[in-house]
Amino acid sequence: MNTPVPLAPPRRLVDVTVDGQEVRVPEGATIMQACAQTGVSCPTLCYGDTLTPKNACRICVVEVEGARTLAPACSRPVEPGMAVRTDSDRVRHARRTVLELLGSSVDLSTTPQAQEWMEHYDARPERFGPRAAPAPMGERDARRAGEHEPPTGAVAETVEQPAKIDNDLYVRDYGKCILCYKCVDACGEQWQNTFAIGVAGRGFDARVSTEHDVALPDSACVYCGNCIEVCPTGALSFKSEFDMRAEGTWDESRQRQTTTVCTYCGVGCNVTLHVQDNEIVKVTSPHDNPVTHGNLCIKGRFGFQHVQQRRHD
Amino acid sequence: MDLRFLDAVPDSLEREAVDAVLGPAESGWDGGERRAGDLRYARGGHAARARRDLLLPALHAVNDRTGWISPAALDYICRRLTVPPAEAYGVATFYAMFSLQARPARVVHVCTDIACAAKGADRIRAELAERLGPPGDASGEQAGAIWHESPCLGLCERAPAALALEAGSPPRFAVAAPARAEDIAALMTPPPVDTTPSNGHRPATTFAPSPLSGGTVEPAPSAAVPQAGVPGLVLLRRIGVVDPESLDDYRAHGGYAALRQALRLGPAGVIREVVESGLVGRGGAAFPTGRKWEATARQPASPHYLVCNADESEPGTFKDRVLMEGDPFSVIEAMTIAAYATGAEKGYLYIRGEYPRALSRLENAIARARGRNLLGRDILGSGFDFDVEIRRGAGAYICGEETAVFNSIEGRRGEPRSKPPFPVERGLFGRPTTINNVETLVNVLPIMLMGGPAYARIGTGGSTGPKLFCVSGTVSRPGVYELPFGATLRDLLELSGGVAEGREIRAVLLGGAAGAFVRGDELDIPLTFEGARAAGATLGSGVVLVLDDTVDLASILVRIAAFFRDESCGQCAPCRVGTVRQEEALRRLAGGSASRRTELRVLRDVGAAMRDASICGLGQTAWNAVESAIDRLGVFAAPTTDTTEEAR
Repeated sequence: MNTPVPLAPPRRLVDVTVDGQEVRVPEGATIMQACAQTGVSCPTLCYGDTLTPKNACRICVVEVEGARTLAPACSRPVEPGMAVRTDSDRVRHARRTVLELLGSSVDLSTTPQAQEWMEHYDARPERFGPRAAPAPMGERDARRAGEHEPPTGAVAETVEQPAKIDNDLYVRDYGKCILCYKCVDACGEQWQNTFAIGVAGRGFDARVSTEHDVALPDSACVYCGNCIEVCPTGALSFKSEFDMRAEGTWDESRQRQTTTVCTYCGVGCNVTLHVQDNEIVKVTSPHDNPVTHGNLCIKGRFGFQHVQQRRHD
Repeated sequence: MDLRFLDAVPDSLEREAVDAVLGPAESGWDGGERRAGDLRYARGGHAARARRDLLLPALHAVNDRTGWISPAALDYICRRLTVPPAEAYGVATFYAMFSLQARPARVVHVCTDIACAAKGADRIRAELAERLGPPGDASGEQAGAIWHESPCLGLCERAPAALALEAGSPPRFAVAAPARAEDIAALMTPPPVDTTPSNGHRPATTFAPSPLSGGTVEPAPSAAVPQAGVPGLVLLRRIGVVDPESLDDYRAHGGYAALRQALRLGPAGVIREVVESGLVGRGGAAFPTGRKWEATARQPASPHYLVCNADESEPGTFKDRVLMEGDPFSVIEAMTIAAYATGAEKGYLYIRGEYPRALSRLENAIARARGRNLLGRDILGSGFDFDVEIRRGAGAYICGEETAVFNSIEGRRGEPRSKPPFPVERGLFGRPTTINNVETLVNVLPIMLMGGPAYARIGTGGSTGPKLFCVSGTVSRPGVYELPFGATLRDLLELSGGVAEGREIRAVLLGGAAGAFVRGDELDIPLTFEGARAAGATLGSGVVLVLDDTVDLASILVRIAAFFRDESCGQCAPCRVGTVRQEEALRRLAGGSASRRTELRVLRDVGAAMRDASICGLGQTAWNAVESAIDRLGVFAAPTTDTTEEAR
């Protein structure tokens, strides 16, 4: 049997230096790929392995010798002779401050690795003062561009607000949103082509929203859940996960992941079932799967209830 | 792409307004009436989506007609242009001049930005709030109007200023500047409907030619140019001399001689002259214009585009407004030359929404130039085709950033793109694009007429040519001044009459909110790019905002911080949150309750991260003015007598 071999045109190799270590990477590779080759890791939030980098979070910034400002490692292509520093004072300062800014304005409690990075960079989000009370539901969505309530400075403003629970499948908890644009890109032109959500408003009041902030069932949403798949902070989560976290029963250490093939149609998408106490609690898809690239439809993502219909007699 | 709409029905006014911009709908597929024949074919794909760039004009059309954008109107626009409603909502909510909530037809924008704050805008704001209720409140006794605080309106020479815009067919505007609270209250009082017919000889413009009643009569643009009529001026020579509405008058005063010279030189010859002139961009970044043109002209991809950046929004800047109002044909002629040199057939002039008079003058100029074959096909028999389309911003400082302009024109949120790729390679619609500021382009006319080398002899070695400075604040003759590079700040302040008798200059803000403060004893700074840089300041867009010792600097700094917080696009974390933290820390400092040392540490840490890690110039410069005020002016410095303060 012949196995198809994907062929790409050969790419020239360029020499770059990462923290003093020379490395050869294909032309057009990003600084992050060059870093990975030398074993240097960059913290990332808005980077998604299945999406075009948006470089909005700026946490992966590195110092490129001779450049006026820091460069986002996730998206900046390497250039021949480029010398990159990933642990200079400027880089550490920028990463620490960005973590502080995000940590002080967003609930990062469910962001993987956030705590670890905070400790590593010695970030202290509490230095900006006590957190302001969460905004009432809908208040942030009604804000107008170009104006804001003058702050007193007594509290640090946040994006926190009650979670939006308007359907049985997933929850949008925008108090945890760092505005990485990944859900918008996954819903829109990069994957799903549904365009149910966009970024609305401006500046600190910018938020991910449906048109006129209508509830999801009234929007174009098709419940593919591909936005949940890419969300880096847990702002978007399965209703099952959200409820279990609220109850305090969510425990990833007790969960088992099983990757299998979706049985609904003939496409053959891989689904990874996350099982806790013999109940499916969420479904993801492997990002390196050539069929799905991490994407599913409503059936693969949410149509698992029949599996666990048990007789309770 | 399977779009889902709200199925709300637009009213006839909304439908008419949108159709006036987009033309009537062809079928049920693009928002028209559904007929049986529509079922026999499908319309979609790239062709249906290709008109996305008309989203902003369509939003303007509705907002101009009814005063706000209703869900039904937004829905109709989306159907007409095949734009997902969630995206269109994101675009409409990006701009401060659009409203997604019903509001009165008349909106009064009261400038509270730096130049106006230096002239008592705070007092006016307090008085207005007392008389008319808080900003944005439509429930008070002035039910037909609403007022908002506004960032700089570009009327700084007549500060404090207010601008009233009234939706209608056509929309109207009026200005009150210098304004007292009663002038603004008068602007808020809608008069009986004024039905003056428009002059039949005048080409149609967006705004009605006659102003709203209630405003003060707006002086001619030359009133903003104290030097008007002085011999030897280069850029301002026609202001106050020619009739800005007359092409004949423009030609009688040397207009279109530069274009003829350019056509004789050929594109390569034009670029050579511009390179030799040493002209650099006047919008703030000071990039060599010749190099930019050369790089665009060289690009094999086609078509090429030209964008004239007239989104002059830097607080304290009004030079481009004066040029566009007083000598609009020069902008069009200069754009034609730039397009000829860089191989562009289509140019966009992106003008900020707060400039209705400049917009009318430019619309008139373009129509008249088209009428005489100075735009269009085969210009002056040269075989060169070029036309200009005006795009109006809607209240977003960030849209002056060169790549944010592109997104705004394309009908997307005005968020800057990350560079590289640079505009010369991939700009508007992903094509090679030259983007120049109005003043930069206007400089090309004298370069064509006198030749690059002669132009390069004006000014200094590093900064060639004449430069416009926007002098405002507490000086006796504020306005736009033209000086060759190399004059000192003192020369300029002498020309503008200095501060009032018995007052002292406390600080001068150079370059606008993104610039830096210098002290009153540093007036010997040469006004050149290299001189300002050596002094640790920047010329930026040419703002020279003078603050005497009556002005409360701490409150000015808070206003600057509030400005950046309002105008950040929100895309990148350092700027989106950093500008908020900066304002909070400044409020604490200005309130005097906070520990100075802790707050200054916060400001410096946040400022450094914004400068280093933000995507675009807005975030990178959002801390400049505050930093310079702390370091150079000693604002928030510990009182020297109080040693306990230092210990805190």
